[in-house]
Amino acid sequence: MTTIDLGFPGSGGTHGVPRLAPDALPQTKKDFTSDQEVRWCPGCGDYAILAAVQSFLPSLGLARENIVFVSGIGCASRFPYYLDTFGMHSIHGRAPSIATGLAVAREDLSVWVVTGDGDALSIGGNHLIHALRRNVNMTILLFNNRIYGLTKGQYSPTSAEGLVTKSSPLGSVDRPFNPISLALGAGGTFVARTMDSDRAHLTATLKAAAEHRGTSFVEIYQNCPIFNDGAFELIKDHEQAQARLMHLVHDQPVRVGDHHVVIRDHHDGFEVVGQRSADASRIVVHDAHAEDPSQAFALSQLDGPEMTHVPMGVFRAVSRPTYDDQVRGQVAGAVAARGGRADDSDLGSLLAGKDTWTVS
Amino acid sequence: MSSTQVEQLQGVVIRFAGDSGDGMQLTGDRFTAETASLGNDLSTLPNFPAEIRAPQGTLPGVSSFQLHFAQDRVLTPGDRPDVLVAMNPAALKANLGDLPRGATIVVDTDAFGKRNLAKVGYASNPLEDDTLESWHVHGLPLTSITVEALGDFDLTRKEKERAKNMFALGLLSWLYTRPLQGTRAFLKAKFAKNPEILEANLTALMAGYHYGETTEDFAHRYEVAPATMPPGRYRNITGNTATAYGLAAAAQRSGLPLVLGTYPITPASDILHALSGLKRYGVTTVQAEDEIAGVGIALGASFGGALGVTSTSGPGLALKAETIGLAVATELPLVVIDVQRGGPSTGLPTKTEQADLLQALYGRNGESPVAVIAPATPSGCFDAALEAVRIATQYRTPVILLSDGYLANGSEPWQIPEVAELPDLRVEFATEPNATDAKGRPAFHPYVRDPETLARPWAVPGTKGLEHRIGGIEKADGTGEISYDPDNHDLMVRLRAAKIARIADTIPDLAVDDPDGDAEVLILGWGSTYGPIASAVRDVRLAGMKVAQAHLTHLNPMPSNTGDVLRRYRRVIVPEMNMGQLALLLRGTYLVDVQSHTQVRGLPFTSSDLADVIAAAVVGDAPKTVDPDDTGALDDGADDLPADDAPVAAPNESGANA
Repeated sequence: MTTIDLGFPGSGGTHGVPRLAPDALPQTKKDFTSDQEVRWCPGCGDYAILAAVQSFLPSLGLARENIVFVSGIGCASRFPYYLDTFGMHSIHGRAPSIATGLAVAREDLSVWVVTGDGDALSIGGNHLIHALRRNVNMTILLFNNRIYGLTKGQYSPTSAEGLVTKSSPLGSVDRPFNPISLALGAGGTFVARTMDSDRAHLTATLKAAAEHRGTSFVEIYQNCPIFNDGAFELIKDHEQAQARLMHLVHDQPVRVGDHHVVIRDHHDGFEVVGQRSADASRIVVHDAHAEDPSQAFALSQLDGPEMTHVPMGVFRAVSRPTYDDQVRGQVAGAVAARGGRADDSDLGSLLAGKDTWTVS
Repeated sequence: MSSTQVEQLQGVVIRFAGDSGDGMQLTGDRFTAETASLGNDLSTLPNFPAEIRAPQGTLPGVSSFQLHFAQDRVLTPGDRPDVLVAMNPAALKANLGDLPRGATIVVDTDAFGKRNLAKVGYASNPLEDDTLESWHVHGLPLTSITVEALGDFDLTRKEKERAKNMFALGLLSWLYTRPLQGTRAFLKAKFAKNPEILEANLTALMAGYHYGETTEDFAHRYEVAPATMPPGRYRNITGNTATAYGLAAAAQRSGLPLVLGTYPITPASDILHALSGLKRYGVTTVQAEDEIAGVGIALGASFGGALGVTSTSGPGLALKAETIGLAVATELPLVVIDVQRGGPSTGLPTKTEQADLLQALYGRNGESPVAVIAPATPSGCFDAALEAVRIATQYRTPVILLSDGYLANGSEPWQIPEVAELPDLRVEFATEPNATDAKGRPAFHPYVRDPETLARPWAVPGTKGLEHRIGGIEKADGTGEISYDPDNHDLMVRLRAAKIARIADTIPDLAVDDPDGDAEVLILGWGSTYGPIASAVRDVRLAGMKVAQAHLTHLNPMPSNTGDVLRRYRRVIVPEMNMGQLALLLRGTYLVDVQSHTQVRGLPFTSSDLADVIAAAVVGDAPKTVDPDDTGALDDGADDLPADDAPVAAPNESGANA
């Protein structure tokens, strides 16, 4: 397997989670594979993502029992059953809230959420934006196949307008969400997009996401061969990808294919031009660490229904205190300020309050 | 000095009423604290509008606080006030109907101008016509005396006027010989950063006290001797505070951190407020984005080995239903506090009701049994919180604690418990594999049950060798793998039900208070109706009649002897602030023809109404009986409503047949 380095310094995403002893046997993909039979449809993109995650997890060097996958409802949400870690297959849309409770209660866990476009963006939209806003230390993997698979093929909140499905025989008139724009708008501190079929990029993105301390949001384009087959064909086809796939690499010019770059046009918009003819002073250099998310947002908006240009990579990775660290900090501060956790005598004083009387 | 006579009273009911911005809740609280410190038994009932500041001087904006104190056991905040303090015409008009003839009314005459009178539809000034001829009215210009007393202060007129509640408190404190030290200390702490306002309040308070002393307006002042209560140390406590303290105590006694995931909702928010200040007790509070996230956070924390708690009121419980179902399926501990209020929908946010009982028991998809408990008194909320945590952690189940607006905001003296005597709530997490896999290697099966409690292991992430997956899809008995097998589902449904039923092995029998053992009528209540029922029973017995009383605090499962108790009596009356939900359960479970007595006015029962119902049953000519042939009719309906101010006649099937 080739690996690529996206160039982000580890920022403590797994800080506080117990690591394997240095002399322990190295973990392998097998250690993270449960004994459950995988039940996705043949050809589903989820298989590739599962294999990538199972292969990647050993590289974190964490004790397996300290990793927890929480999912909601949908095809993607069966994911935890196939990983030999702790896991909860919860209810529709609610995984981010359950993961929030877990992350707040337990600093020593690496918490992952697996969700889909319906689970995260439709029924669970509220929890998603608030997890991003709070910056709870967890990694959210959103498998986006732009269709409802488990309920057999209705349009989803990321389906293209006009898509003909079982519930939209005349074409969907719902305008789709752009998940990256949404995550950036919600204040996401780590926002990335990758694809099921690009194992190297997927693995590198998972690594960067796991290392980020805060809510890491990773949209993974995933093909549903049954109900929305070929949704991402335009960017999977090598030739088409040359013209359409936009590579976001921190501190590097934003490239399209191997021979084009993005420049700022005279109206402060973007224009894709041949690398050789590009005015070097106007070439857009990707800055994922910029505090101001405007450029990342503008890049995310290039992705339209025609897939003329589809940005891939880490749109944003900035450091901000996490919700769970701050909550724990307040508790620890309150405990320390009074010289330790309350004891029975403190509890007695609390129950009595300031205003008591005695009956003899 | 006046030569006022001091008169001894057995007990008094005082109601402070004014605009919601007049500070009546604070005035009531302080008077309560003064009274508690004198050793009277007491009970309080705040009653306020949902609007924070409803239009000034209007009927919807009236806020009141009622206090009942006495030298013997006080069981309710009192049916009817002996004294009404009315800060404006709206407060007078809204409360006059509750006042027995001969009661005392103290009014602020300054507030009885034309505009205020017109706002509430008084054509002429009731202080000047014969409207109030049946009551003792003390009209005094509270506002202007207060402003005058604060003449030297560098405050606006409006700021000075705001201190009139302290003037009223001072006056009432003089009238009922209450000490002011506590209130003075309270004000000093509250306004420590604002010396001018502090001095103004202290001055107004003392001015009120001296007004009583120096004018000859009041011929008597009153004393109420301390009550005879069991020896011990006491404090006054509201139900919401008791609930929060019970949860903090449970965290301490279990040695676990507590995570409250919640969304603000009236009347439950004070539990969040109290717990957010108890971080030192290992309490973490997360104010979630919505009710669903609140319970999700609690469940996630429980999965992680913390005490997961969520608090809400009726509409929020509806939103949490699916997650509670997930906790049933994953068999994790979860405590859900529902401070019930009037429903359906938004209903009456600040008023009390008991209409979430069936929602708590059955308001989820599928066969989804949970434990349900309900405290009987404000201080009982403390014990109920500990009990909820005990059941949740021991049986790995959601427990719904049904408090209500009356318990939440009402207060009573509480004998402060010894911490060492609180229940031991320590829990054991799973630490070792409990099975072997097909290849004979150690394995962990999350649904292997404790033979006694039927609880599954609480195996928290971070425990080596216990990696496992749980979730909402049906699980195979033992292994916990996904299972769609029909027999397995049937087994799991029955196991979950049996687990909840077994909780009955660890709860006390239903106690019956039947002094001579030969009563033929049993009055059975649950939750916050305890006070009015006990008070009514006391009155009926004083009148020479025999009646037995029992009160359920465990609603699911009910105590093992419940059926036996019900069958022992010729007639069983069940008063509820709903349309007969417990009655439905009792009839369905025990096939006993209980007589339902209901009221849904957003207010607690009055003990006198209940005494009439009991007395009628005891003498055998109940004004209305349930047609024995009509088993579907549970409710006596509209006949139960007080005749004078019945709001809307309740739909009533049995009434037509009776």
